[in-house]
Amino acid sequence: MATEFELNGQAVTVDIESDTPLLWALRDDLDLTGTKYGCGIGMCGACTVLVNGRAIRSCITPVEAVSGASITTIEGLHPEGNHPLQKAWVETQTPQCGYCQSGQIMQAAAMLKDFPDPTDDQINHAMGGNLCRCMAYVRIRKAIKMAAEEMNARDNTAQETGAAADE
Amino acid sequence: MFKKILGGLLAFGVLVLAIFLLIAWESSIEPVSASNSDAFSKEQINRGEVLAGLGNCETCHTTDPNKPLAGGRAMPTPFGTLYSTNITPDPKTGIGQWSEEAFARAMREGVARSGSHLFPAFPYTHFTKMSDDDISDLYAYIMSQPAIQAEPPENTLEFPFNIRLLLAGWKLLFFDEGRYETDTSKSDVWNRGAYIAEGAGHCSACHTPRNALGAEDAGKAWDGAIINNWYAPALNASNPTPSSWTETEAYEYLRNGGSRFHGVAVGSMADVVHDGLKQAPDNDLRSLAVWLSDLAQASDEQQASKRSANAIRAVHNTQNPSVMMDEGERLFTYACAACHYNEADSPSALRPDMALNSAISAPTPINLIRVTLNGVSLKEGLPEAMMPGFSQALSDRQITSLLTYLRATHTDQPAWENLEQHVRDQRPQTQAQ
Repeated sequence: MATEFELNGQAVTVDIESDTPLLWALRDDLDLTGTKYGCGIGMCGACTVLVNGRAIRSCITPVEAVSGASITTIEGLHPEGNHPLQKAWVETQTPQCGYCQSGQIMQAAAMLKDFPDPTDDQINHAMGGNLCRCMAYVRIRKAIKMAAEEMNARDNTAQETGAAADE
Repeated sequence: MFKKILGGLLAFGVLVLAIFLLIAWESSIEPVSASNSDAFSKEQINRGEVLAGLGNCETCHTTDPNKPLAGGRAMPTPFGTLYSTNITPDPKTGIGQWSEEAFARAMREGVARSGSHLFPAFPYTHFTKMSDDDISDLYAYIMSQPAIQAEPPENTLEFPFNIRLLLAGWKLLFFDEGRYETDTSKSDVWNRGAYIAEGAGHCSACHTPRNALGAEDAGKAWDGAIINNWYAPALNASNPTPSSWTETEAYEYLRNGGSRFHGVAVGSMADVVHDGLKQAPDNDLRSLAVWLSDLAQASDEQQASKRSANAIRAVHNTQNPSVMMDEGERLFTYACAACHYNEADSPSALRPDMALNSAISAPTPINLIRVTLNGVSLKEGLPEAMMPGFSQALSDRQITSLLTYLRATHTDQPAWENLEQHVRDQRPQTQAQ
C-alpha cells in the first residue's frame, strides 16, 4: 500500500506493506541509513527520528501511522550537518563506536524543545531510553549542555536583534 | 366458580394488553418524495452541521469514511448486536422519505417514520431535550447530505429484546419526553453548556453506567462507565485524578484534544473532539467547560496546578537511583520516560504525565492497556504528537509489570485486580484491528 509523508522537507511515497516499521521504510526503501536498528522493540533509542518535531522510536512505528506527517532523520536535522548538537558532538568527541549517536542526537534535539536549558535530572530522564554500550553518557550530557548553551545564546541574540529592529 | 375466576383473569389480561397496545401503537407518518434540499437556507444547513458535530452523528452512523452517515456500524450490547441505520436522504435505504415531522418524532419520541419504536442505542432520551429550531436545522443539514444507497446488516438481538413493541414498556420505565428546562439558579453560559451536554451532545450516554435493561442508571449519573471496550471516565467529583477539570483544562481538552493535567482524547472521545466538535464555535465549548467544571466540582485553576505539581513531585521523590529497579520501573525508564517525563511545575500536554493521567487512576485498566498496546495515532490526542503501540514489543507479563509499577507509584489507588488477564483479553482485540 502506498504511504505518503514528508521526509526531511521533501514529499515521499513508499509502496510497501502498511505495517512495515518506519525504520525499514527509511533504511531499505528511502536509502537513508543514518537511522540505526538496535533492539527492534523500542527499548534502546538507536532508531529515534522526529515525527512532526517529536522523538519517536521508528522500529515500532508502522509506516502507515506517519501517513501525512513530517519526518526528520539525522540526515535532515541540518542541511550541512552543523546543528549545534552535531557540532557539540564533534567538539566533545562524544561518540566512541558511534552506533547509537544518530538516535541520541535526534532524541536530544527533541528534548531541547521541551527543556531548552536542561538540568542533569532532565537529561537523565529524557535520554534514559537511549542506550550507549560504550558508556559515553558523561560526554553525551556535556555535549547536550554545550549545544543548549549555543542555541539559547542564539535565541537571545535573535530576540535582542528583533527587539532592536522593533524600536 | 373456577370458570368465573379464570374468565375474569382472562378479561383482565386482555384489557391490560389492549391498554398496552394503545400506548405502544404509533402510527406511520406519510412518506414524502425525495426532499428538495433547495428548501433549506445555507445558514440553516451550516447551523445543522454544527449540531450534527455536537451530537457526533457521524461516528455511530458511519462505517466507511467515504460513505458518511450511511450506517452499518455494529454496536455490541448485552442483548445482542445492533447496527446503526442509514440516515442519508436515500429514499430506499435511508431517511429520504421522512418529513420533518417524522424526523422530529424520531428525535423526540424514538419512533421511526413507519411507527416502529427505535432502540435507545439511538439516544433520543437526550435528543428529546433539543429545541424546535435545533431539530429543524439538523433536519436541514442531514437532508442536504449526499444520498447513499446502503442497507445496514440486520440486528441480531436475542428474543424478546428484538420485539420493538416492548420498547413502549421500556419507555414507560426509563424515558421522559420533554425539552431542556433552564436552571434559573445557574448562569446562561452554564445552561447553554448543560443544554448541549444533556441534549445533542448526549455525554452521559457514555459517561453514565447503564442498568440491566440498558437505561442510564440515574443513581450513578456521571460515575463513568465502560462502553465499546473503552472506559469513559467519571465526569463528576468522584473522578480520582489529582486535579479536577477546571474550565481552562476542559476547554483545552475539548478544543485541542488534550489537557496537561489529564491526558489526551483517544478512542471514541478522539472522534468526539476531532470530528464532532471541530465545527463547534468557541463559545459552545467554553459553555461546555463551564458546565463540566461545575459538575466536577472543580477547584480553582491555582489549586489544580498545585495538586498536579504535588502529584508529579511525589513520584519524583520515590525514585531512588541507588536502588535496583524492578522490571516495571526499568521498562518505564527505557520505553516511556523519554516522552512522559515532566518537571513538577510545568507538565506539558504533549508529554502526558503518568502521575496525572485519567487512564492510570481509573477503576479499570482497559484504557491504559489499549493505549500501551496500540499507541495513540496522529488522528487522536493532540495533533502534534503520536505514540507508537508496544503490542509487538512487550509481552503480556511485561505490560503487566509496567502497569503494576505505574499504578503503585503514580496513584494512590488500589492495585487493579486480574491485570494480566485484562492484558491478555485486550491483546487479541489489538491484533484484530
